[in-house]
Amino acid sequence: MEGDPMRYPMRYREAVIEKTLVIVALSAIAVLGLIILFIFKEGSPIMARIGVIRFIAGAKWAPSRGVFGILPMIWGSIWVTLGALIIGVPLGLACAIFLAEMAPARASAILKPAVELLAGIPSVVYGFIGLVVLVPFIRRWFGGPGFSVLAAAIVLGIMILPTIISISFDAFKAVPVAYRDGMLALGATRWQAIRMVILPAARPGIVAAVILGMGRAVGETMAVIMVAGNATKIPSSILAPVRTLTSNIALEMGYAAGEHREALFATGIVLFVVIALLNLTARLFATGGRVAR
Amino acid sequence: MNLVKEEEARKIDRYIENAKKVNQHVINARVTAAFAGATALTVGLLIFIIVYILSRGFHMVTPAFLLETPRQMGRAGGIYPAIVGTILVTGIAVVIAAPVGVATAIYLTEYTRESWLPRIVRFGTENLAGIPSIIFGLFGFLFFVIYLDLGWSILSGALTLSAMILPTIVRTSEEAIKAVPNAYREISYALGSTRWQTVTGVILPTALPGIVTGVVLAIGRSIGETAAVIFTAGASLRLPESLLDPVRTLPVHFYILAREGISMDNAYGTAAVLIVLILIINIAAYSIMNRFVAKSR
Amino acid sequence: MRWRSAPQREMAQVTGESMTDIKILAQDFKFYYGEHCALKGINLEIRRNQLLTIMGPSGSGKTTFLRALNRLNDLVPGTRAEGRLAIDGVDVYGRGVDVADLRRRVGMVFALPVALPMSIFDNVAYGPRKRGIRDRRKLAGIVEKALRDAILWDEVKDRLHDHAGTLSGGQQQRLSIARVLAVEPEIILLDEPTSGLDPLSTLKIEGLLWELVKSYTVVLVTHNPLQSARVGGEIAFFLMGELVERGPASDIFTHPRDKRTEDYVSGKFG
Repeated sequence: MEGDPMRYPMRYREAVIEKTLVIVALSAIAVLGLIILFIFKEGSPIMARIGVIRFIAGAKWAPSRGVFGILPMIWGSIWVTLGALIIGVPLGLACAIFLAEMAPARASAILKPAVELLAGIPSVVYGFIGLVVLVPFIRRWFGGPGFSVLAAAIVLGIMILPTIISISFDAFKAVPVAYRDGMLALGATRWQAIRMVILPAARPGIVAAVILGMGRAVGETMAVIMVAGNATKIPSSILAPVRTLTSNIALEMGYAAGEHREALFATGIVLFVVIALLNLTARLFATGGRVAR
Repeated sequence: MNLVKEEEARKIDRYIENAKKVNQHVINARVTAAFAGATALTVGLLIFIIVYILSRGFHMVTPAFLLETPRQMGRAGGIYPAIVGTILVTGIAVVIAAPVGVATAIYLTEYTRESWLPRIVRFGTENLAGIPSIIFGLFGFLFFVIYLDLGWSILSGALTLSAMILPTIVRTSEEAIKAVPNAYREISYALGSTRWQTVTGVILPTALPGIVTGVVLAIGRSIGETAAVIFTAGASLRLPESLLDPVRTLPVHFYILAREGISMDNAYGTAAVLIVLILIINIAAYSIMNRFVAKSR
Repeated sequence: MRWRSAPQREMAQVTGESMTDIKILAQDFKFYYGEHCALKGINLEIRRNQLLTIMGPSGSGKTTFLRALNRLNDLVPGTRAEGRLAIDGVDVYGRGVDVADLRRRVGMVFALPVALPMSIFDNVAYGPRKRGIRDRRKLAGIVEKALRDAILWDEVKDRLHDHAGTLSGGQQQRLSIARVLAVEPEIILLDEPTSGLDPLSTLKIEGLLWELVKSYTVVLVTHNPLQSARVGGEIAFFLMGELVERGPASDIFTHPRDKRTEDYVSGKFG
């Protein structure tokens, strides 16, 4: 008997079923391939014409005059995403630690689904609440138009909470119970056990949670459009209006044609590359954690 | 020289003394309170959103609102076509994505041997999961609307959504299948069942509630989706007559009403319908899951 | 395809194995998990309608040997078999073997009593249904006979459609045996079938073994010398992947030929 013993002869039906499953299972990668193919095919010519650097580093976006530079939108995405992380990461981690390590099991069992329900609320609803509650609030108390980096950051910070909470929650739960119990047996308080043993052990998972939350923030579209003001200028302060890469696409796709439309697909390419890099980093951290455990 | 050193030593001593005095239990209590507060804030936000929308929109939700067609761009009338559109787009998306997703999960858990093929499949689903919905919207527009010439239509929207929810269904199904005790597999194989007989005989029946939960959550996700649908299914307010007709889903209708300030009342009403739908779906998903967990104990 | 292909059948006739009384024959059989060699060349024969107890401490390779007989080891990636392991003169690991058919002929009862998450009836009917038997009355007959043979019928006949999880551990293990009997195997392998059971249930199962051996070839694996002594019959002592000694229970326990056997049965290790 040579080679893999799993390769025993199967009946014809089994072989057909297996082949079918393989083909069906490949559909995800096929869709991924098609997405890359179509978006790059549509967006790359204009990038080549303008020059990748000039497209990315161009500070002016004036489609009517054929000027396509997406630097303001890149800065917009960066600012808004950073803001969202500053709000969402501490809040999310605090929730995850509380739910995983501190709360009584019964409270956790009720609170965790509630927190996860946040992920189910449509992004337009978040955007709308931002529009009718947050934007007037900022205008009144902080000045400026209200439509701002700050408004977008707060809305996104809340929207990434479920991602951050559920992934880091899983990371905390994956830490062997013996670690915590050992610390508690030594007379440490719960928080000491968390700080000294659980947080370090769960670090790869936490990093993955933050990066995936970042991906969610970078990719979010509708909620941002409704609260960010969408000016194509690099924001001068957190109270200034801002336009992200995603909103740039969604705002103008409806009427864009020709070169303008190509430039929007080129914006999509930039967004796609950013997200792909984030996913890659998250995976590296996540697998690093699995090896370490 | 000597004096300075003594000074420093005393400083260190004092620091240690202070450190000892700080009661770790007090710190623990404070941190716990702070983190409980963070959790309360998060849950409070959820409740705020739900109550805010329902308190302003729920009175709008009358049978007429649900069953009438909109007039004057949605300024008056109901949201019937948007409800029909949402059900059709979401329903077809799930009908396409669920079998593909479950089959992929079965392949990944039960059929893979050490080889490059499952790694590619996994790479595909994991990366698909990270792609923002607006990119799916762009892709759906280029591929389904233009390249396949389906136009802005229910079918284009549903196909785009199915691609978007596929990774969710794969992941949740995979988890449900992995939770099936290995002893069941061994018993089935030891009785002479083939792989597929084992899958249909013990694995799928045992994992079914978990799979259904995943599918229901995917439905919830598609119902609320805007960016991927607006460029593929269109924004028509007419009642669709075929799957190739354009349609406006509830979140798209809500977005247009709110953003263009057409009618705040109708916007709130639409949002209330959306929120209620999402609540029902999520509660259904969790109760299925809970029964599943209780049963497997 | 039947698991015994035509050329193999001819081979078997030529070598004359099938003419003899030998049901299972291992010749220099080796088994590997990756690089690790779990069976280091086993030579063993088991006759038709014989009860053989394979005894040995954990890690001795006894379960590996059992799981080679129905090729359940195939489910573990990276395993490899060498040498010859034949049932009715046909190599279990030979080319063209239909593993599903092999497993139907070589039934297995596992260490822990596990009921499939379905009714008692469906548990027993699982195997026959997968063989394509759909007729309700026929199935009912098979289920009743299997449950009677496993001495469980009287306890469950009034609640066949209850969830099998409601049975006690001992009942679940007899249900496992009934489930195996329902596919009408030729050989029954039992892998420490009483390790999770109370003494009374253990005695019931042990008593059942001598009933089974009237119609089947039975191979029992246990780490417990006392159980081997109680069950009696023929005993093979495995240690660290080797067959140390084999003989009737009386010989193994009263005058073992090998020092290691003596140490094991007298409780010096294991």
